[in-house]
Amino acid sequence: MKTFVYIDHFKGEVQSASWEALGLARTLGTASAVIFGSGMDAVAKAAFEYGADEVLVADDAALTDYRAEPYASTLSALASSQSPDLILFPTTARTRELAAMAAIDLNTGALTDVNGLEVNGNEIVATRPIYEGKLVEKTVCSGKPVLATIRGRAFSKPEEDASKSGTATKVEAKLDAITTVEGYSTSESAVNLGNAGIIVSGGRGVSNNPSLQPPAGMDEKQAEMWRAQQGFALISDLANVLGGAVGASRAAVDAGYIPYASQVGQTGKVVAPDLYIACGISGAIQHLAGIRAAKMVVAINKDADAPIFKVARYGVVGDLFQIVPALTEAFRKKLGK
Amino acid sequence: MKIIACIKQVPDTEAKVRAEGGKVSWGDAPLVINPFDEYAVEGALQQKEAQGGTVTALCIGPESAKEALKHALAMGADDAILVSDAALENLDTQGAARVLAAAIQKIGGVDIVVFGRQTLDNGAGLTPAQTARILGWPMLGLAGQIKVQDGSVSVDRVIEEGRQAVSAKLPAVISVVQSIGEPRYPSFMGIRKASKATIPVWSLSELGVSAPEMIVKRTELMSPPARETKVEMITGDSPAEIAEKLVDKILAEKVL
Repeated sequence: MKTFVYIDHFKGEVQSASWEALGLARTLGTASAVIFGSGMDAVAKAAFEYGADEVLVADDAALTDYRAEPYASTLSALASSQSPDLILFPTTARTRELAAMAAIDLNTGALTDVNGLEVNGNEIVATRPIYEGKLVEKTVCSGKPVLATIRGRAFSKPEEDASKSGTATKVEAKLDAITTVEGYSTSESAVNLGNAGIIVSGGRGVSNNPSLQPPAGMDEKQAEMWRAQQGFALISDLANVLGGAVGASRAAVDAGYIPYASQVGQTGKVVAPDLYIACGISGAIQHLAGIRAAKMVVAINKDADAPIFKVARYGVVGDLFQIVPALTEAFRKKLGK
Repeated sequence: MKIIACIKQVPDTEAKVRAEGGKVSWGDAPLVINPFDEYAVEGALQQKEAQGGTVTALCIGPESAKEALKHALAMGADDAILVSDAALENLDTQGAARVLAAAIQKIGGVDIVVFGRQTLDNGAGLTPAQTARILGWPMLGLAGQIKVQDGSVSVDRVIEEGRQAVSAKLPAVISVVQSIGEPRYPSFMGIRKASKATIPVWSLSELGVSAPEMIVKRTELMSPPARETKVEMITGDSPAEIAEKLVDKILAEKVL
């Protein structure tokens, strides 16, 4: 089987699930890494080190910024000329669009969030969660190539081998851009919960610390936001000590405590960390759907009947404002930080 | 400005969704407008308010999907169109995009098409970009903010790494994320208007297209493996003692 693996990157920083896709491709046959951008030598070198059999690079100043249309056209043209059986992508904001558009160009199908893939004869069967994890479907695609974006942390990442190298093959860029990139900002703090190995999440309860006295002169809403900030500071202290990311429940996002990019759950991000620590999150069905793939859930909640405890491995019934800082301190000590 | 909001009807997020005989069952849970599409309607209405014009809600589905369109009308959409045809029962994302693109072309003179970022059922999030590709219009995906000026539209895309500001000439297809703003509640007047509205139903022959070929097929439907966890409650005399015990347990599991 001949597989293209689209290496998704932002300014040369590769989404690690790209390498997981490359590892999967290698188990299926030959794996060609496909890289678009400008100044891509380091990414191409890394692709060889992660085991790509060949590396195809469209390196063009006009591809410096990701834009859906020229990237999709470049990919579709390359796939038309080389006829891979399968194109794998990590699942990101960019690749969802790329796979969507390339599927139209190539008159084939695209499957997203794939977390299992097997080959039966000459049929590729992809497993993917639907209804945000409440159900699982197996799908086949009658078009060729099959386009599949894989979910982060669903397939194992190959070892990087610095002794492997090769010469990248240049491919032609299609420059049919119809959008203009005006710039970037990180006002909504960059979070990629999908790839996080550890997530510490806070719920609406983070603003309820009774022992905090907001600064004088704040109205009720300001005081609530101030309390929420203090609460999320505790959450992020714990996340930092563990090298993890900060998440939130929908209630906390709706209350304006934290940007929606941090939302975990059915209408937010579906996550698959090794460790998920839920602080003051009761565990609405939508939130539980979003954390189904977490390997271990630890829940801290003052309500002993909270549904979150039904999916937790360890639980603490107590005040998160006392337990979370104590946990941070205990981890700091035991991990020698 | 002529604005289209594309919506879908899905089972409510509270629904206990199950696999029954290879089909998805949601018991007696209500069908509602896809929650992400409420943001699409909200984004469309914001542009109508800023620029003037009309908002048309567009949906593919059975007759019962008129209820989702009525929700959009109650929120403030000017009119609604349902595309319904027995041949559309099993649509994959590219099929849905082909039908939507045909409907958008039949409506004609459209400036902006707004989608939610994904549906709650299939959840692929592919249809917006596929519709844009078929129309040959620019795709501005995952917009948290939309600004229209002098025949151009600029959006702030919410991506993994932060925000990317992108602009394009109209007409364009946009998908929106929650940052666009909380969807407004239907007003009393809106609900009255919606309940009296006659929603036109277009068949495939009226769109002048044949039923799209189904490229992606489901071969199996399962419930996810049950979580076999039994919670162990950690107790102690002080937060420090509880924390110590809990950290030892977590470290012993070697997940870090």
